[in-house]
Amino acid sequence: MKLAVEMHQPMGALMLDVAFSAPPGVTVLFGRSGSGKTTVVNAVAGLVKPVRGRISLGDQVLQDSGQGIWLPPHRRRLGYVFQDARLFPHLSVHQNLVYGRRFAPRGSAAEPEARVIEMLGIGPLLQRRPGALSGGERQRVALGRALLSAPRAILADEPLAALDEARKAEILPYFERLRDEVAIPILYVTHSAAEVARLATTVVVLQDGRVVRQGTAAEVLSDPSVTPLGARAAGAVLLGTVVAHHEDGLCELDAHGVRLFLPGTVHPVGTALRLRVAAQEVILSRARPEGLSALNILPGTVEQIRSGEGPGALVSIRTQAGTVLARITRRSAAALDLNVGTECHAVIKSVAIAPEDVGG
Amino acid sequence: MAMLGPEEWQAVTLSLKVSTWATLLSLPLAVLAAHALARWRFPGRTLLNGVVHLPLIMPPVVTGYVLLMVFGPSGSVGRALQSLGLTLAFNWTGAALAAAVMGFPLMVRAIRLSIEAVDPRLEQAAATLGASRAWIFVTVTLPLILPGLIAGTILGFAKAMGEFGATITFVSNIPGQTQTIPSAIYAFLQVPGGETAAARLVTISIILALGALLLSESAARWAARRVGGQ
Repeated sequence: MKLAVEMHQPMGALMLDVAFSAPPGVTVLFGRSGSGKTTVVNAVAGLVKPVRGRISLGDQVLQDSGQGIWLPPHRRRLGYVFQDARLFPHLSVHQNLVYGRRFAPRGSAAEPEARVIEMLGIGPLLQRRPGALSGGERQRVALGRALLSAPRAILADEPLAALDEARKAEILPYFERLRDEVAIPILYVTHSAAEVARLATTVVVLQDGRVVRQGTAAEVLSDPSVTPLGARAAGAVLLGTVVAHHEDGLCELDAHGVRLFLPGTVHPVGTALRLRVAAQEVILSRARPEGLSALNILPGTVEQIRSGEGPGALVSIRTQAGTVLARITRRSAAALDLNVGTECHAVIKSVAIAPEDVGG
Repeated sequence: MAMLGPEEWQAVTLSLKVSTWATLLSLPLAVLAAHALARWRFPGRTLLNGVVHLPLIMPPVVTGYVLLMVFGPSGSVGRALQSLGLTLAFNWTGAALAAAVMGFPLMVRAIRLSIEAVDPRLEQAAATLGASRAWIFVTVTLPLILPGLIAGTILGFAKAMGEFGATITFVSNIPGQTQTIPSAIYAFLQVPGGETAAARLVTISIILALGALLLSESAARWAARRVGGQ
């Protein structure tokens, strides 16, 4: 089942004009605040009615302004996880969880309640009131409530944005499980590159109300010409499998035959991991460096160089492990005589890979 | 304080009957009007707001006179209702109507404030979970406005118990028919030696008012705890 969106909607001085499709898995709408992401999700949910648009889920048309079709939100059966949870304060956690069940058609394929409660770890909270929950717990309950309404797709609008780093680290794995265990499309809005790197099956980059790029996370994040949040936040994604945990606390990964080392993770041997390598943490060297403390040295060739007026340049290097982005100065690029096709080495410190940038 | 005389008892029970009916029948309408004023944008909204609040601002005697013109034996609505067997003028049902009209603005104001305090984003969340407008109202809005609903109901009831000007103008002051507590106090004060009976009714009035106040306080606290989400 695929979610297809095409819509036009004035948004302040801007014209929101987007078209994309979201296959099963997580499709991340990525862009800075004000780029129109939330309006798109609200239009899919039916909370906003675009002046012109066609939105369909599988063979069900949710809106077609050409034919005058518009389904009200309660008939769309989409589970929406809001940034601010929006749990019903007068109901217990359990009553919140089952709220949508009575409205789901008979025989619809809802996830079993026990499984959702187990997956989200909210069993001990069931009798509590939302007012007595922490931010992270509230967001888990909101996710469970959406799942138990037997939705045909899940919408999530920056569900982690209101949480601190520790709470984010608590919730993100649940979305990863959801992506891998539930076979419905998930449309996920964020302005965090780390969340894109860890969750996205497909990334749709929004800028000033338009889709500027759509592709896999590895493709989109390693493209130096697509930096919706600026070069400072750029970083490519490498995919690897855990092959060993070493006694000194390091974790060894196999990425397309290349060995990578990063600080120990909890992921068992055999887990497929995605890791985001921040472009500013990558050093480039023409010769293979000797006597260097960095553990990860990836030989490759320059694929693209992008620079503007400022002193910085963003360089993508194709290596056997995948494409890596490096943020260096224009001066260094000139000194190293870097051009498309130049052979060089990307040097990545193990400890420079942040734990929140690694996920299963 | 001596026991109540039969005429005084009659006034007390009649007042309770009139006020109960007035409150119960106007409550659904008050919720509807409050919801419309708080949430809907429609032509004539300002007019509706004005009409609802009119009895609060106009002299009660004027309200009573208007009721008499419209619902009285020679009024158009009054005649229509009479042919259906419902007489309002000089009848306790008319006293209930007058009390309802006078209490209505107070009810609407209290309920409207509580509806405006409900976060519409919660209602949106309910819609995405599959609830239709009617279900959202019953399962989300109504429980969340319960404190305002209770406050509005008790305020309306208290106003109905105390209504005098519109009632006496519309349905007069007939013992056993339309003589509520305030009308009875007024009547007792008009005759020599009626002061003790009036004093007894005044005491009853104060007790009932205090009781309503305490009840509304504790009910509002209970409802706020339920909604507070702890």
